Amino acid sequence: MGTRRVGLCGTVAAAGVLALGACASGSGEPSEADVTFGSDAAMSGELTVMGFGTGDDVAQVRYDRATEELGDDVEVSLVEGDLDIQAFLSAVAAGDPPDLVYANRDQIGTFASRGAIMPLTDCIAAEDVDTGQFREAASGQVTFDDVVYALPEFNQVQVTMADSSLLSAAGLGIEDVNGSDWDAVTQATSALVRNDGGALSVIGFDSKLPEFFPLWAKANGADLLSDDARTAQLDSPEALEALELAVSVYDAQGGFPAVKAFRDSADFFGEGNQFATHTLGAMPMENWYVNVLNEVSPDATLAFDTFRTREGEPLAFATGSAWAIPAGSPNAAAACRFAATMVEQESWLAAARARADARAESGQVFTGLLTGNADADEEIRSTLVEPSGSPVWDEAVEAVYEANENTFSLPANPADAEFKAAWQDGVNRVLNGQQEPAEALAQAQEEAQSALDDAWAEWDERSDG
Amino acid sequence: MTTTTAAPVAAGPVAPTAAARSRSRRNLRSALLFLSPWILGFLIFTLWPVLYSAYLSLTDYDVINDPQFIGLENYRAMATDPKIALALTNTVVYTVLAVPLHVAGALGLALLLERAGRSSGFFRTAFFLPKMTPPVAVGVLVLLLFNGQNGLVNEALGAVGIQGPYWTTDQTWIKPALVLMSMWTIGSTVIILLAALRQVPSELYDAARVDGAGFWRRTFAVTVPMISGTIFFVVVVNTIAAFQMFTEAYTAFFGSGNTTYANEAALFYVIYLFQQGFENLNMGYASAMAWLLFVIILAVTLVQLAVSKRVVYYEGDQK
Repeated sequence: MGTRRVGLCGTVAAAGVLALGACASGSGEPSEADVTFGSDAAMSGELTVMGFGTGDDVAQVRYDRATEELGDDVEVSLVEGDLDIQAFLSAVAAGDPPDLVYANRDQIGTFASRGAIMPLTDCIAAEDVDTGQFREAASGQVTFDDVVYALPEFNQVQVTMADSSLLSAAGLGIEDVNGSDWDAVTQATSALVRNDGGALSVIGFDSKLPEFFPLWAKANGADLLSDDARTAQLDSPEALEALELAVSVYDAQGGFPAVKAFRDSADFFGEGNQFATHTLGAMPMENWYVNVLNEVSPDATLAFDTFRTREGEPLAFATGSAWAIPAGSPNAAAACRFAATMVEQESWLAAARARADARAESGQVFTGLLTGNADADEEIRSTLVEPSGSPVWDEAVEAVYEANENTFSLPANPADAEFKAAWQDGVNRVLNGQQEPAEALAQAQEEAQSALDDAWAEWDERSDG
Repeated sequence: MTTTTAAPVAAGPVAPTAAARSRSRRNLRSALLFLSPWILGFLIFTLWPVLYSAYLSLTDYDVINDPQFIGLENYRAMATDPKIALALTNTVVYTVLAVPLHVAGALGLALLLERAGRSSGFFRTAFFLPKMTPPVAVGVLVLLLFNGQNGLVNEALGAVGIQGPYWTTDQTWIKPALVLMSMWTIGSTVIILLAALRQVPSELYDAARVDGAGFWRRTFAVTVPMISGTIFFVVVVNTIAAFQMFTEAYTAFFGSGNTTYANEAALFYVIYLFQQGFENLNMGYASAMAWLLFVIILAVTLVQLAVSKRVVYYEGDQK
């Protein structure tokens, strides 16, 4: 009897957790119409911001400006750390949402389609937010069904990073590993890879699957999702060809399990990183890693370039963050002003100046700041980014800024988590040898389309009703 | 002279007097009063969510908007969802591998500890300490210890001339790695079994020795039968825990920013339930999954109970 009770309590705990989240439900549709936004509106009360912290100078400087803009009558409190989606949605459902949330941009479509966040049309108009300054890829991720639901900020982009000494020793150059020539990538991989007693000792080229599959696909001309975000396009011939190439790179080095185990064993953020220890030939990687390398191994033999399409054009897959106002936000007017101040050009410039000063003080290179705001990016680069005295790091900065001008993103959609899971699982099935690329992408296509169809049907029904 | 006649005494039980009835009611009220915190907690935090999740399993519910009743659609969808079958298979394989190993390992250690004499206390603490490690840390440890390139496990295997596999990146070896890692928390089972071992009457061992029984004979003919009730308890509890495997595997293979390629081998049922409920916001579907898991565990436990009637000995049984 006792054991059965243990079983009962233990097993239905998951069900209980689910039900607790449902005790209050249905906060309803976006309620922007109930809010008076505006530059002249008196700001007061509390402002609770979820998912944002002031852990670095760029965040702190902009936060100070935003709180100053709100005035002394608004008390701002931060729920720091990454946005806890469960806590956020439960709070919205319970009718007690935070005033403002800081989320990943790819979450915005799902939040908007569920009515968890409000459209920002009136907020943008009232606070004179110049949405034309936002980079197109960033705007696309926060615009759902032609309505802007969040203010984007930051841009993460990928560039090609390589060990120049390994390249030289193999008679190769950065152009052999920047993606512009797939045959060259394959040959460079074979030329750079090293095995020591049966174990991998140098990874020739890491194509960074599964996470960079959209980048490889786009480089081959494939959009994984249609412009209206309603149709998955995972099994196109171009996407298939891209997956085959990116996987073949691992196959040529003993298979993905070996490469990943070796990659996982590296001191990624420390002085013993793969480039400093000459154990990685090249890889596409996000721009923040330039700063890591500059800090921990400034003298490493490195080469940088943009990641390139097969036509040789620079290309990057943009990701970033965004500010959204929950439906039912008790202080939406203050939330709007706070968010608008955080993403305005002057705030970015002040933040970048603080960052540049701090880097100069510690004798490090200021590699720029990608804000998601094109005008801010340009001003920061022209006024604060200076030649470092090292051609390597200047090359890195050049590559990052060039990549930033050539970004794409997946449009906001109501089933982002399922869509992402579908293509990642598909790529994983190929990497672990369960399926051939064509079969894996066909299954991924079916799963992704099914999730999109269901989510869009619910949205259409809700917006029609 | 007057005579009084006593009322005839009833032959049956004595009817309670009004005072006794009142005392009984007071006792009941007091008992309920003292129990009320637990009763309220049970009703609000266990029974109500359980019943509500049963209702939610019949709805399409995304947390934000009101649940829409859809009958048995979630259960029908589960029947055709290949990930349900995959997650259940992974979970059953893990349970079948982990529970016997866990119990056998714990019994072996408990037998050793029983013979450890005065140092038993130190070793009891040493074996139990890893149990205090947060499950998230255990998940990280899996990746460190079982790294195929330079993990401690493969280093040890290499020292004896064995080239270890890619435990954390090879689909075939992920579940065995998690099973081995589950031994990290063997301490609590060891302590429970050790307590049971110390209840075995020493005269039984003396009698066995007189009859010429050696260690193994005594273990299997005396020790195991005498502690079979406790062994059954730890088997049931560990089976339930194995079916609910989540934190270690999620941390190692599905945690924030972790897009490792071998996820499917570590997709346990509760992880998939979590993904459906809290990542895909399909709370109705996740509730249906929770009820399926409840039914499965209940069925497994009932089978274990049925089997236990044949193989488990409780002191005082007439068998």
